[in-house]
Amino acid sequence: MNVATPNPTSAERAEKLQGLGCKRKRVEDVRFTQGKGNYVDDLKLPRMLYGDFVRSPHAHARIKSIDTSKAKAVPGVLAVLTAADLKPLGLHYMPTLAGDVAAVLAEEKVLFQNQEVAFIIAEDRYIAADAAELVEVEYEALPVVIDPFKAMAPDAPVLREDIKDKTDGAHGKRKHYNHIFEWQMGDREATDLAFRKADVTIKELISYQRVHPCPLETCQAVASFDKITSELTLWGTFQAPHVIRTVASLISKIPEHKIHVIAPDIGGGFGNKVGAYPGYICAIVASIVTGRPVKWVEDRIENLSTTAFARDYHMTTEIACTKDGKVTGLRVHTLADHGAFDACADPSKWPAGFFNIVTGSYDFPVAHVAVDGVYTNKAPGGVAYRCSFRVTEAAYCIERAMDIMAQKLGMDPAEFRMKNLIRREQFPYVSALGWEYDSGDYHTALQKALDTVGYRQLRAEQKAKREAFKRGETRELMGIGVIFFTEIVGAGPSRNCDILGIAMFDSAEIRIHPTGSVIARLGTKSQGQGHETTYAQIIATEIGLAADNIAIEEGNTDTAPYGLGTYGSRSTPVSGAATAMAARKIKAKAQMIAAHLLEVHDDDLEWDIDRFRVRGNPERFKTMTELAWAAYNNVPPGMEPGLEAVSYYDPPNMTYPFGAYICVADIDADTGVTKIRRFYALDDCGTRINPMIIEGQIHGGLTEAFGIAMGQEIHYDAEGNVTTASLMDYFLPTAVETPRWETDWTTTPSPHHPIGAKGVGESPNVGGVPCFANAVNDAFAFLGSTHIQMPHDNWRTWTVANKLGLHA
Amino acid sequence: MIPGSFAYHRPTSVSEAVLLLDSLGDEARALAGGHSLIPMMKLRLASPAHLIDLGGIGELRSLREEAGEIVIGAMTTQHELIGSQLLSAKIPILSETSLLIADPQVRYLGTIGGNVANGDPGNDLPAVMICLNATYDVTGKSGPRRIAARDFYQGAYFTALEPGEIVTAIRIPVPQAGHGYAYEKLKRKIGDYATAAAAVVLSMSGGKVVACSIGLTNVAETPLWAEEAAGIIVGSTLDAATVKKAVAAAEAITAPASDARGPAIYRTKMAGVMLARALARARQRAGA
Repeated sequence: MNVATPNPTSAERAEKLQGLGCKRKRVEDVRFTQGKGNYVDDLKLPRMLYGDFVRSPHAHARIKSIDTSKAKAVPGVLAVLTAADLKPLGLHYMPTLAGDVAAVLAEEKVLFQNQEVAFIIAEDRYIAADAAELVEVEYEALPVVIDPFKAMAPDAPVLREDIKDKTDGAHGKRKHYNHIFEWQMGDREATDLAFRKADVTIKELISYQRVHPCPLETCQAVASFDKITSELTLWGTFQAPHVIRTVASLISKIPEHKIHVIAPDIGGGFGNKVGAYPGYICAIVASIVTGRPVKWVEDRIENLSTTAFARDYHMTTEIACTKDGKVTGLRVHTLADHGAFDACADPSKWPAGFFNIVTGSYDFPVAHVAVDGVYTNKAPGGVAYRCSFRVTEAAYCIERAMDIMAQKLGMDPAEFRMKNLIRREQFPYVSALGWEYDSGDYHTALQKALDTVGYRQLRAEQKAKREAFKRGETRELMGIGVIFFTEIVGAGPSRNCDILGIAMFDSAEIRIHPTGSVIARLGTKSQGQGHETTYAQIIATEIGLAADNIAIEEGNTDTAPYGLGTYGSRSTPVSGAATAMAARKIKAKAQMIAAHLLEVHDDDLEWDIDRFRVRGNPERFKTMTELAWAAYNNVPPGMEPGLEAVSYYDPPNMTYPFGAYICVADIDADTGVTKIRRFYALDDCGTRINPMIIEGQIHGGLTEAFGIAMGQEIHYDAEGNVTTASLMDYFLPTAVETPRWETDWTTTPSPHHPIGAKGVGESPNVGGVPCFANAVNDAFAFLGSTHIQMPHDNWRTWTVANKLGLHA
Repeated sequence: MIPGSFAYHRPTSVSEAVLLLDSLGDEARALAGGHSLIPMMKLRLASPAHLIDLGGIGELRSLREEAGEIVIGAMTTQHELIGSQLLSAKIPILSETSLLIADPQVRYLGTIGGNVANGDPGNDLPAVMICLNATYDVTGKSGPRRIAARDFYQGAYFTALEPGEIVTAIRIPVPQAGHGYAYEKLKRKIGDYATAAAAVVLSMSGGKVVACSIGLTNVAETPLWAEEAAGIIVGSTLDAATVKKAVAAAEAITAPASDARGPAIYRTKMAGVMLARALARARQRAGA
C-alpha cells in the first residue's frame, strides 16, 4: 500500500494537479480551434422550421394595417404571426428585467427602426426571407424623439401610449410621459455645501455614446414543443439559462419543470445575450402552433440594430477641489437613453446599475448622483457590455473628470490621482455613495505602472514634441492617458441584488466518481471565458484531484443547479466561490473517511496537496483518489456513502478589482489618424486562477475598449434611421488595427472570497475606454482643449484639430 | 442577409456570356469576383433573376505586354495583380493599389474587371486607371469596342457600358521608365473603402516634373481625373507653393458625400492631404 517509486516531490504532485496559478491550456480550445464547437445554429432537428421577422422601416409610426395574405400563400410558409395572434395569449408584450414591458410584435405602433412586426414560419430560411418581403404593412409616420435631451420637452411626441397615463414606474414616480425613472444616491445637501466651499470646481457634459456588444455569434434560438408531453425544450444563446427558463415559464404558463433550457457553446456574449428577445418568444409560440421545432437566427444587421445596445449615458459631471488638489465633492447628473422599452439588464433594485461606483478610486468625502432614464425612438437595451452594470460609464465619467480637474489645477494627472487615491489603510472603505470596497493597494499599483512605462521620460518627450510642433517641425501630437479604475463585480449579495425577485446567488455541484474523476456543474455559462478550464483548477487545488480529470458542465438547466448566469464578472466571485465551498464540503467528508481508514481521529490528519496524512507521521496517508474509492465501499459507520456536494453561495459583498492603465498615442494633426504607440495595463484581480486566461481576457477587453473609444457608435440620423448597423460602419477592430498590449499585475486578494479571487473579464473594458480617451484628450490639452466626446475616430479628431486652428 | 432566388449560369466563352446577357436582358447580371454584387444581393438591394458567372471563361484570365501596352484580362484577380512580376516592373502602382483593396480573402476572388466595371466610386482601381489613361475592351451583342477609362464613369454605378456589355480586358499604356508613383489611401480599418485616396504617376527631368497624372478615389460620385491639379505640377520642382496650389485645384473638383467616414469637408480635405503625400512619395521614387 501507498508505495510509489520513485516518490514524487511535493512540487511535482502540486504541478500535476494544474490547480490555482497554473497557466493551464484552455480545454475548450481543442474543439474551438478545430471548428468543432457546437453552437445553436449547428443544431438541426428533424422537421425543423425557420423563422424570420418583418421589421419596421420607420422609427416611429402607427400601424394602420397588416396584410399577410400574400406571404401566407408562398409555398413552404406555414404561418405568419402578428400581434393580433399573440394578444389573445397575452404574449404580444413580454416583461423586461427592468420592470417594464417590451413589445414582442408591434401592435398599434412601432417605436424604433427594425422593430419586429410579424414573424414568418417557413420550411427553410430562404422561403421565410422571400415571404417576409411580401407582408404588406401600412404605416402612418409619426414625429420621432432621437435626442434624449428632447425626450422630456413639454411638447415631445408621446412614445409609449401603452403606459402614458402611468404615473408610477418600476422605480418610483415618472416626471413625464417619456420618463422612465429617477434614481438618486448620496447626500445632496452636503455635496452642495462642498461645492459652495470649494476653491476650484469643474463642470463638463461627458457623454458615452451608444455602442453595441457585437458578439461574433448573433442571438439565436431553437424551440421545440412536444405536444404529447407538453414539454418545451429551448436551445439558445443564453448567458443566463436558468433565468430564461423562469421567464419562459412565467410568460408561457408552461410549468417550469416542463421547460428545458440548453445553452450550448456560445460565441461571445458581452451582455448582449442576457435578456429575452422577441425572437425567442416567437420561436416558442411558433413551435407550439406548428408542433415542430423552430429555429430563429439573427443576422448582423438585426443584431446591431435590435438586440441590446449598451451605454448612451450623458453625464453632467462636477468636481469640487481645494486649490492644492484634494477633491472635496462629486456631483453627477446622468441622462440615460434607454430606447423604446426599458430593457436594461440590471439587478432589480438598481435601475442605473452600480453607477454609484462613480466616485471611482478616490477619497471623495461627499458625493451625489442622480440618473434620469428616458424613452426615445431607438432600440431597447442598456446592457453591461463587458462591464459590470453601468460601471464602465462611471469609470469613464470619473476618469475624464479627474483629468479635466488636473488640467484646471495645472497638476500632472498622475500626481493628482496619487494625491486622491484611497489609501491602503482605509480598506475596507465605505464610499460616499454607499459601497464597501473590500480591499486595495492603489498607490502601489499606480506607482508600479508609472515606473514601468517610464512616465517621467514620456512626459519629457511629450514636452519636447509639443515644442517641435509649435515650431512646425512635426505634425504629430503626442498624448499620454493615465487612469486608475475600481470595478465592482460579483453581483451579488441577496440583501441588495436580485433579478425578478431571485437573489443573485450562484451555485456549484460537484460529484466525485469512485475512480477519482469528477464532474462539476454550475449555474453560470461560459461564452468564451474558459470556465471549463478555470473551475476545474479551483477544484483541483481544493481537493487534490488533477484538473484533467475534472469535467465542467454548464448551460443545461435540467442538470445544472440553479444559477443567475454569467455577466458582470460574476462567475469567479460567485460561482467560483460556490465551487470552492462545495469542494470543501467534499474535502471535509473525505477527511472523515481518511480518519476511518487510517484509524486515527479526524483532527490527527493534515492536508497535503492531494492527500490527508497523519500529523507527525507523513508516511501514513490516503490520497484523494483512494478516498474517492473508499467513499463508495468503506465509509465510517453511520455515514452515507458517496462523495458529492452542492453549494449555493450568497456572497457577503461585491468584489472590487482595480488597475492602473497607461496609454501613449500619436496623432496625425492633418488626418486625425491616431496611432496607439503603447498600452500598459496593470490589473489587480486578487488571487489569479489562470494567468494565461487572465492575460487573454485583458487582451480581449482592451481590444473592445479600443473599438469603443476609437470608433464604435450606434448612430441614428434625425429621422431615426440607424446608420451604423453593419460591420462596414460599426468599428470592430481586426488584428491589423489592434495595438500591442503590455500586461502586468499586483495581487491583493479579496478578504471575503473563499479563494481571494475578484473577477477580471471586464476590468480591461472599464479601464481601457477612459485610458484611450484620456490619451487623445491629453494630446490636445496644451492647446486649451478640455473635453472631446468619443468616439475618437479620424474625422472627429481632425475636426478638433481644425477648430483649434491647426490647419491654418 | 438572405438573397432572393436566382438562376446560375456559367458560360465558358465570352460569346456565350454575351448571348446569355442579351437573351436574359435586364433580369441578368454578370458576376465577376462577386464582392460587390453578392453583398448587394444578400441585402436584397439587387435581386437579379439570373447570374452569369464569368469565372469559367479562360480567355478573360490573362496578363501580357503587347505594343507598348499591358493588357490584363478582366477576370484577373487582384491577388494575381499583386503577384505579377511584369506589373511590378512596369506599372508598380497597380500592385501598390491592389494591396490596399479590402483584405487578402477578398483579393483572392476580387477581379480587376469587376473592380473597374462596377462603377462603385469606392473602388480603388478606377482612379488608378484614369490616372494611367487606361482603355477598357468591351464586348456586347453589337461587337467589341474600346472605351477610355476617363470617359467610362458617369455616376455612382452608372458607366458607359450599354446593357448586355461586359468589360473583357484593360489596356494600360506602359508609363515611362523611371516614373514615380504612389497611391495614398486613408481608410478607417482593413477592408474599408477609402475616406479619400489619390493616385499619382509622374516623371522628373532635371529636377522638374515633366509629366504628371492624378486620379482621386471616393470623393465624388465617380472617380476623378484631377487634370488641372496635374497641370499645375508639371514644370514645377514640386515646391511647397506649387503643391499647395495643386491640392487646392484637386480639392475644388471633389464633391464627396457625408457618411460615417466623415463629413464632406473632411473627405475633401483628406483628398488634398492624400494628394500631397502621394506627390511627395512619387517624387522620391522618380528617377532623375
